[in-house]
Amino acid sequence: MTSEGIGARVLRKEDKRFITGNGNYTDDVKLPRMGYAAFVRSPHAHAKVRSIKTDAALAMPGVDAVLNGHQLVADGIGNIICGWMIHSKDGSPMNMGQWRALESETVRFVGQAVAVVVADTLQQAMDAAEAVEVDYEELPVIVDSRDALKEGAPQLHPEAPGNLIFDWEIGEEAATNAAFDSAKTIVSMDIDNNRLVPNPMEPRSAVASFDAAEEHYTLYTTSQNPHVARLVLSAFYNVAPEHKLRVIAPDVGGGFGSKIYIYPEEIACLWASKRVGRPVKWTSDRTEAFLTDAHGRDHHSTAEMALDENNRITGLRVNTLANLGAYMSLFSSSVPTYLYATLLSGQYNIPNIYANVKTVYTNTTPVDAYRGAGRPEATYVIERMMETAARQIGMDPADFRRLNFVTEFPHQTPVIMCYDAGDYDASLNAAMKAIDYAGFASRRAQSEANGKLRGIGMSCYIEACGIAPSQAVGSLGAGVGLWESAEVRVNPVGTIEVLTGSHSHGQGHETTFSQLIAERFGLPTDNVAIVHGDTDKVQFGMGTYGSRSGAVGMSAIVKALDKVEDKAKRIAAHLMEASEGDIEIENGELKVAGTDKKLSFTEIALAAYTAHNLPEGMEPGLKESAFYDPTNFTFPAGTHICEVEIDPDTGKVEVVNFVAADDFGTIINPMIVEGQVHGGLVQGIGQALLENAAYDEDGQLLSASYMDYTMPRADDVPSFKLETTVTECPGNPLGMKGCGEAGAIGSPPAVINAITDALGVEDFAMPASPSRVWQALQQKGMKEAAE
Amino acid sequence: MYETTYHKASSVSEAVDLLKKADDGKLLSGGQTLIPTMKQRLAAPSDLIDLRQIDELKGISRQSDGSIRIGAATCHADVAGSADVKEALPGLAALAGKIGDPHVRHMGTIGGSIANNDPAADYPSALLALGASIETNKREFTADDFFTGMFETALDEDEIVTAIVFPATEKSAYAKFPNPASRYAMAGVFVAKGANGTRVAVTGAGQDGVFRVKEMETALNGSWSPDAVASISVSADDLISDIHGSSEYRANLVTVMAKRAVAAA
Amino acid sequence: MGQVTMTVNGKTVSGTVEDRTLLSTFIRENLALTGTHVGCDTSQCGACLVHVDGKAVKSCTMLAAQANGGAVTTIEGVGTPAELHPVQKAFKENHGLQCGFCTPGMIMSAIDMINRLGPNLDEDTIRHELEGNICRCTGYHNIVKAIKQASEEMADVLEAAE
Repeated sequence: MTSEGIGARVLRKEDKRFITGNGNYTDDVKLPRMGYAAFVRSPHAHAKVRSIKTDAALAMPGVDAVLNGHQLVADGIGNIICGWMIHSKDGSPMNMGQWRALESETVRFVGQAVAVVVADTLQQAMDAAEAVEVDYEELPVIVDSRDALKEGAPQLHPEAPGNLIFDWEIGEEAATNAAFDSAKTIVSMDIDNNRLVPNPMEPRSAVASFDAAEEHYTLYTTSQNPHVARLVLSAFYNVAPEHKLRVIAPDVGGGFGSKIYIYPEEIACLWASKRVGRPVKWTSDRTEAFLTDAHGRDHHSTAEMALDENNRITGLRVNTLANLGAYMSLFSSSVPTYLYATLLSGQYNIPNIYANVKTVYTNTTPVDAYRGAGRPEATYVIERMMETAARQIGMDPADFRRLNFVTEFPHQTPVIMCYDAGDYDASLNAAMKAIDYAGFASRRAQSEANGKLRGIGMSCYIEACGIAPSQAVGSLGAGVGLWESAEVRVNPVGTIEVLTGSHSHGQGHETTFSQLIAERFGLPTDNVAIVHGDTDKVQFGMGTYGSRSGAVGMSAIVKALDKVEDKAKRIAAHLMEASEGDIEIENGELKVAGTDKKLSFTEIALAAYTAHNLPEGMEPGLKESAFYDPTNFTFPAGTHICEVEIDPDTGKVEVVNFVAADDFGTIINPMIVEGQVHGGLVQGIGQALLENAAYDEDGQLLSASYMDYTMPRADDVPSFKLETTVTECPGNPLGMKGCGEAGAIGSPPAVINAITDALGVEDFAMPASPSRVWQALQQKGMKEAAE
Repeated sequence: MYETTYHKASSVSEAVDLLKKADDGKLLSGGQTLIPTMKQRLAAPSDLIDLRQIDELKGISRQSDGSIRIGAATCHADVAGSADVKEALPGLAALAGKIGDPHVRHMGTIGGSIANNDPAADYPSALLALGASIETNKREFTADDFFTGMFETALDEDEIVTAIVFPATEKSAYAKFPNPASRYAMAGVFVAKGANGTRVAVTGAGQDGVFRVKEMETALNGSWSPDAVASISVSADDLISDIHGSSEYRANLVTVMAKRAVAAA
Repeated sequence: MGQVTMTVNGKTVSGTVEDRTLLSTFIRENLALTGTHVGCDTSQCGACLVHVDGKAVKSCTMLAAQANGGAVTTIEGVGTPAELHPVQKAFKENHGLQCGFCTPGMIMSAIDMINRLGPNLDEDTIRHELEGNICRCTGYHNIVKAIKQASEEMADVLEAAE
């Protein structure tokens, strides 16, 4: 390998365009004759649409059209789908309400689009959108999922009686109940997971154009998975057949899950571009993003843990109520089920687990996968329980975890997952050492001397990444296969293009994927171009989410590289009259082992394309593709330890120390992996300390801008100390596990465990805003005074 | 934003003329509140009269009586960085350095801030605590008379703040607890001891905007120490309560910030 | 509608725009300098930062008309791919960016910060000064490192010049 191979801290190839202002994001795209779209959105959380009057808007300067849902339906545009079928425990399929890109009958959340205006300029479109008169008849509203199932609650969808989407279960109920019957200790808690807004810094955007002569559409869009977008737009929304629709996701400014889905605005822009006969651009403003980007989390759970006389866990019982908002978004049903309850075993040997999950409709923004998707919720439940149980039985939280760790692999949990490899002791030890766990008592004393409260908390998380294999996810209800594809195209001059179905929106694929080629052929990464994000260029792909681009996307590249290497060696052997088995590749050259005979990679590539002298029967060219379908999920795991200091006068929490010790298996570029962890940690700390999507009882989102939704800023968080331990993943050729979500998964319980430690309370709901922390201290003070 | 007509005024009198001629004109200074409000279509002035380039509204000067005169169109960064202000009124310099963020401080002006009188703005507390006077194109106000309620001032429609004069002050300090999201004050307490006596003014917490805490002032007159105010709390009844904190929490913050401001002065 | 003329990255430019046109819109739409981004509606995220007359301001919270006659520097005027500004170089060397969307604003903020506060900035100062810039990808860790490195390198440059 070269200095740019696997494990090297190669600086990013993509950076130059971003740091000089030369990135190319969707809103930077400008097409000739382009018009601008503005959406007319519901100001009500639940209302019947009596009428939509467009005359005044149509008469305004520059306005091309005002389009509504009746026209959309008449043109045959299909309803928005949920791509993962979940069956209730009684066997019935989930109750899915109709969701149209433009709603003309009943609106069910504030911000839902009812019409779209296209005009010459954005300001004209916005002026006209305001002039569209919609007559609403307000209906009663549900915001809190706990109200949705109540008798007499307002009904959102006729398809979902009682607002219940499904009532699903996993695990053995009877065996779990038996474990509780014979338990020495039972720990029980109510655990909430607060609703979050993903907030990638680039707001969503779409530029759609229609070529009438070719009956062909092009869509530039902020997508994490352009091929999936094309598939869904074609197969379900009936915009155009796949060969008549090109989807391009150019530079995308962060996704965190929220750019997986195909939203009403993209559908409407495509449809409108044909209707008005000109390209149509829409770019979300931040308020629209708060109202319409799929939200994350929003669970209410009760959890119980059974322990035997040796403090070993014998059972876990969890009831969860998940709020999916007003409609079922693309993967919304999988998040609180197979991405959540299958991880409830954590890093622990728990022989009996039973979970019941009910999902409901409410008059809030739809909820779907957000960084971690289900796994942060599971980790929060299990790690809050572990901490609380340890305190209840008077055991050191680290010792209690260690006692219950899974230590032998493969390990089959009672909730589907089979952990393939790991060393949980190793990451716990590394984290405790890095944070100087033993020295905490003296640091706490120091804080107390300064009038501050100090606490420490840990979280030993496990997650399942890769979201695969296809056959397995298919059997669980997924509507798509979850493999990945790659094509390695060696040019006649020996440079290489790698076409991948993964999509980079901050992950640095152009660099890490190039490192695979450096590793394999000893070529500089500068000789490699990574091509992604365009359905006309790339064969097919499932996109980037669930920390899958390494474990699945790069594995596909490796499979294609195997084929390229094989063919290159055969050509080399033929040209140098050696046996194939004697050909070695080093520093961009193919050599005959034990001789000084060699040919450069460029010479081999040229030979493949000139085809003057190839082995008998060999096709010319040097280009190979592969579709890779993994054999299992991957299981990144690790320990996060957080140390906080609290100002009791104001309730302000400061994270003073944070250590993450992670096992991601093989790491291609440590610099990029560290960056992923830093970002994930701050999203997790943000959830624990700062962020909350708050609705009032009328369904208005109170935190609909950065004035009220607390985004983590630089002075809210510390610098981090990261440690790495490695057990290779046996399930893929590189031994990779994935690192994109771990930070957001492991950190929230570590933070809250530290805060509850500092405060000396058990129960505490995220986010730990200063006022809530202060309130908790007041209540504790009153309680203690009363005792 | 609705369409509007922009005018750049080069003198106060020209600005007044432009304002009189406009249907529904508004003065634009730094624009750090007005422009976001217009972007959200919550304000629709027919005309904007830009004061930022008017030389007579700019600058900070130390006057012979020791007072500091700050032109209304002086930006927060200039107040925060002024050697004169830092020396004479360290609390005011510190306050200006905590408004918004560095980029907002390059645009936002003291005149714009006080004329808007946002209940969470920082400056009103300093004006009230320091007993500042507000000069306009028509007259002069005391700070006590100027701030009349949430987003309300005693200014006439065609009246322009031209300068703020802060009397020499023995001690001054500002302690602010920012709203975690907006970073506006959830409770900002300015304490001062000077020609106008001892004053304590609170911003960010009150439903009607900035207010003084007379009980704390009396206590500090007796003894200038954090302990003097530690047991004095304002009534939560008139304080803001929202998703970021209850009125009781804000009442607590007022006491805590008052203590810290006194300690810092 | 009105005519605005200003110097942008050293070049005199002008355009006829509605008076309500924001400086960010003028830069992106009229001048096609798309490195300046818009990430929020409330003047908080800082993706739109440019320098006007030498000071960092939020171009989404300023009318183009207000910048009439002024000198504007955008990210495109800071350095070139061939010749990076020390802050740009430090962002690359420290992995101070991921999706790149907030990055132009971060860089404009960092340059302004170093200009105002001098070189050799400490971590607390940098974190505090970044109050007006939001990043969702990096967790700020490497942005802080990058600005610290750049502030040290710029100290060396200044020292060498003396």
